[in-house]
Formats: sequence, C-alpha cells, structure tokens
Amino acid sequence: MSHSSQVSAALAQGGDIPAPHIEYGQIGPMLLVLGIAVAGVLVEAFVGRTWRYAVQVPIAFLGLAGAFVWTILLGWRDKPHHVAAEGALGVDGPTLFLQGTILVLALISLLLIAERGSGRAGAAGGHFAAQASALPGSEAEQRSTEAGFTQTEVFPLMMFAVGGMLMFPASNDLLTMFVALEVMSLPLYLLCGLARRRRLLSQEAAVKYFLLGAFSSAFFLYGSALLYGYSGSVRLADISAQITKDAGSETLLLAGVALLSVGLLFKAGAVPFHMWKPDVYQGAPTPITALMASCTLVSAFGAILRVYYVALETLRWDWRPVMWGVSILTMVAGAIIAITQTDLKRLLAYSSIAHAGFLLTGVVATSRNGLSGTLFYLAAYGFTTIGAFAVITMVRDAGGEAAHLSRWAGLGKRSPVVAGVFAFFLLAFAGIPLTSGFTGKFAVFKAAVEEGATPLVVVGVISSAVAAFFYVRVIVVMFFSEPEADGPTVVAGPATAAAVALGLTATVVLGVLPQPILDLAGHATTHMFVR
Amino acid sequence: MSPGHYLALSAILFTIGALGVLVRRNAIVVFMCVELMLNATNLAFVTFSRMHGQLDGQIIAFFVMVVAAAEVVVGLAIIMTIFRTRRSSSVDDANLLKY
Repeated sequence: MSHSSQVSAALAQGGDIPAPHIEYGQIGPMLLVLGIAVAGVLVEAFVGRTWRYAVQVPIAFLGLAGAFVWTILLGWRDKPHHVAAEGALGVDGPTLFLQGTILVLALISLLLIAERGSGRAGAAGGHFAAQASALPGSEAEQRSTEAGFTQTEVFPLMMFAVGGMLMFPASNDLLTMFVALEVMSLPLYLLCGLARRRRLLSQEAAVKYFLLGAFSSAFFLYGSALLYGYSGSVRLADISAQITKDAGSETLLLAGVALLSVGLLFKAGAVPFHMWKPDVYQGAPTPITALMASCTLVSAFGAILRVYYVALETLRWDWRPVMWGVSILTMVAGAIIAITQTDLKRLLAYSSIAHAGFLLTGVVATSRNGLSGTLFYLAAYGFTTIGAFAVITMVRDAGGEAAHLSRWAGLGKRSPVVAGVFAFFLLAFAGIPLTSGFTGKFAVFKAAVEEGATPLVVVGVISSAVAAFFYVRVIVVMFFSEPEADGPTVVAGPATAAAVALGLTATVVLGVLPQPILDLAGHATTHMFVR
Repeated sequence: MSPGHYLALSAILFTIGALGVLVRRNAIVVFMCVELMLNATNLAFVTFSRMHGQLDGQIIAFFVMVVAAAEVVVGLAIIMTIFRTRRSSSVDDANLLKY
C-alpha cells in the first residue's frame, strides 16, 4: 500500500514515479525458469527443426536444475522470512520448500516429456503430436509423421507453466496470485491437446480443461474484487488485518472468500469442483498428466495454504466447517467413484481427487504441524504419482498406451518387474506402512487430530480403506489373471526408466527413512508463512 | 449515481456470464460468457477503487485485461483446433471422455 500511496503523492506533485525495488536474487528461481522459457521460444524461432530438440532439452534441464540449486542456496544460507518485489512475493520457509518440491518433480516430469522412445510397438516419436495443427487422420498429419517431425514447443510451454507454478504459492497478494494462476494454466491447456495418439480425446480434454479453468479463474477474480472492496487492498496481510479489526462489510468478506475458494479448490480438484480432473487426466498426453498430477497439485495446495493460513487465519471459525465438508466429500467421492473405473489413467485421477481430500485435512488443521504435514504429503505424493504415470507410458500396444485395465491382465507374469513396481506405487497410494504414502497420511491426520478434527480423520481412514480396495483390485488383475495372447508389450525408454527409478527411490526412502525430509518440512515451517 | 449501482450492475453481469457458461452449447459463446464475467470483475475493481479513493483497483483492471487477452489467444486456438477436427464447436458433441 505504501508504494501506491507514494505513487499517488508523486503524481499529485507532478514529480517522477519512484522506481519499485526488486530483490532479483531472492526471486531468482522464478526469473530463471521464466527466462529459460523465453529462450526456448527464441530457439523455436531461430534454430533449425533438426536441432531444436537437441537444444531445447539441455536448456530446460539446466534451467530447472539451476533454479533448484538456487532455491536450496536461498533456504540454506539466509533462512529468509520476508517479502520481495514490493511485497508482491513472499520468500519464506514453506514457499521455498514448495518451490524446491515443484522443481524436482518438474525435472522428473521433464524426463518423461523428453522421452523419444524406440521404434518398437507404437512408441516411436515420443508422446507429442508431430504437428499440432495437422488434422487427425489427414494427409498432412501422415506426411509430418513420416518426415519424423516432433513438436518441440512443449519445452518452452512446460517451462512457462513451471514458472507460474513457482509463483502461485509465493504470491503475497491476490493480483499476483491471479497472474501466476493464468501463467500456470494457459500453457497447460495447450499441452493437454498435444497428444500424438488418440488425438480426439486429447483435444477434447484441452477444450474441457480450458473452458472450466477459465470459468473457475473468473470466480477467483471476482472473489479477489470483493475482498479488495472489503479491505481496500489485495495484499493478504492487509486483508487479515482488516478481518482482525472487524471493520467493513461482512457480506463482501464472506462472498469474496467463498468465490476465491471456488477458484482455488478447482485447481486442487476438490469435490464439487473435480469434474475436470478425470477427463483431463485421461485425455492429456501421459507425461503432461504426470506434470499436472504432481507439480500443479503442489502449487495449488501451496496457494491454498498461503491464502488460508495468512489472509483468512483469523476467520477460521467461519471457513473451517465448509472446509470440513469439502474435505469429507472429496475423500469419500474420490474413493467411491474410483472403484467403478476401468481406465487406469482415470482411476489414478479419482485417486488424485481422494488424495486432495486427505491433503485438505492438513489445511483444516491450521497449525504448524498441519502445514509441515501437508508439505511432506505433497512431496511424497508427487514422486509416487509421477512414477505411476511413468509406468503407464511404458505399457503399450499398437495404438499407443494400453491404459484399459483389462489389457493389463497378467502383466505380472509377462513383465514381473514393471508390474511389481506399479503394484508398489499403488500400495504407496493406499498408504501401506513402509511406503511414503503411510508417512504422509500419518503426518496430516496427526495434525488434524491435534486440532480437534477427529471425525474428519475417521472419515479419512475409512475412505483410505475403500481406496485400498481398488488399488488391490488392479494388483489382482496384474498378478492373478491369465495374460491375453495379444497383450501389450513393455517398452522402457532410458529416460522413462530413469523417471520410474527416481519415483521408486523417493517412495521407498520417504517411507523407510522419512525423518530427514520431515525435519526439513518442520524446519521450513518454524516461522510459518511471511505476512 | 452512487457507486452501489455500479456494483449491482457488475454482479448482474457476472451472473449473466456464469449462467451463460452453464446453459449455452457453443464453445465460442461459452467463452464469451467467461469474458463477460472477467469484465464484470473489472467493473467491480474500478468501482471499489473509486469508493476507496485509490488507484490500485484501476491498475488491477489493466492486468485483468492483459490476462484476458492472453486467455483469448489460447482459448480460440484450442476451440479452432477442435472445430477443424469435428466440424462442430458444440460442447455437447465433445463427449468421448466420460464416466
């Protein structure tokens, strides 16, 4: 606020507008990722088609890795707890933890996105359309496929999306948060429509995601406008101060909070705003599904945590009952609808909805343990879900991925290692002890019980048990039924195999030796979010 | 006129937009309704800005316009693609992904 009043004063005197002060070092990771995205666009414009892939992949890797190292250095050296860029972005422990998680998960997703595959069994050419503008089934599409074209725009688009994801949980005012939301979402809408095979499904997913996403961000924005009307500022700390003062119109406040929550819960995929998730997860190219299921979820929950812990903490007796309801609905609906699914990507989408419900119990807690538990859960779930989607990309038949459950019958007899790894990921989703899923659920449920949300935890445990049923059903189909004669083959490219290995390692390590990361999450949340 | 009238107009426009998204079938019209919702938001921001005697809300309206323009680019590209494939821009025809 001080800056804007300075600007108004300077304008009134006819003087110069004071230049804003930007701490470039503190917000370096975001700037680096977005800078690499812009460089990627220039590569598309100026580098020849044959060389683009060879240039895009290394700069994307270096950009994400560099941003990760930068984040680590920021957290390790100065333990920051302050706002940057005139108060638009918060640089604090939880934010750096979330950003580090997003960057690592994005690096693993990039392995999947960059996979080119070998010439066998419908895996050639990677996961993305040769030319997105060529009509499916047309001569132009055939020609571009035969010429061996590949769409390399996915790399700059992905980097823009990751840049937005880094900014979303860091935003300290609602306008920055809205811009970050759009920077994150717009590239994802496009990426969803770029699948190489089953292009009709992919385009349909893009349209559905786009229309519903734009609809929900309009709600988010109208909520911000009402909160601006309530408090005279879009800054989270000012809104919180106004709530404490108990001044202004309560109608504006409550309506604003409700509309804002619609936009935020949509991104997290909580019931009743979850309808997009199964369609989009099923239709999108699987590496993009992996990116959305891990990084977007982390980012969306980061923003939810910041809004509810910073701006609305003093209002928590008003929003908690609603959040209880949403959390219960999300856990129960996600687990029950998943039972009837026959497509594995769709099944994992409903599983992701159920997990969003478990994560919301950590948000309901509104305590330090709730925050650190949610951070740990997000990291643990992200690695497992990328690993699971990576396995789905490996099981292929002539038409691409064989994602239908019936096609996976007897996979355990044909390729025991792949089936075993997938079974392990499913057990981690179910929350079996000695996997990361158990530790994560334990952390958020413990925090919720401490804050008196025991009924919520009971519902959570019951829906975990329901969820375990359909995870085990997939394992039974894989190991205890006879393989089909023309069943799918397992095609493991080196990058995909590396992604599965990393996901598996993280799931095991966070399950068996969770203490270092739990300590890190606890340490990051010592001072909670900056105000 | 008091600023309250502008707020009422903004709420009415937002509601018309939201209803339009829910009932219209053509993807382009649905998208136009989303744009109407964003413009209703702009009106609310500018009115609140006037009520609080600040410039912030007016500046925010500019940001929203830029973001809405970017959204149009992406949205029309996606709707164009699916129209060329299916020769239809009805959101009811795109029904391969279900259950």
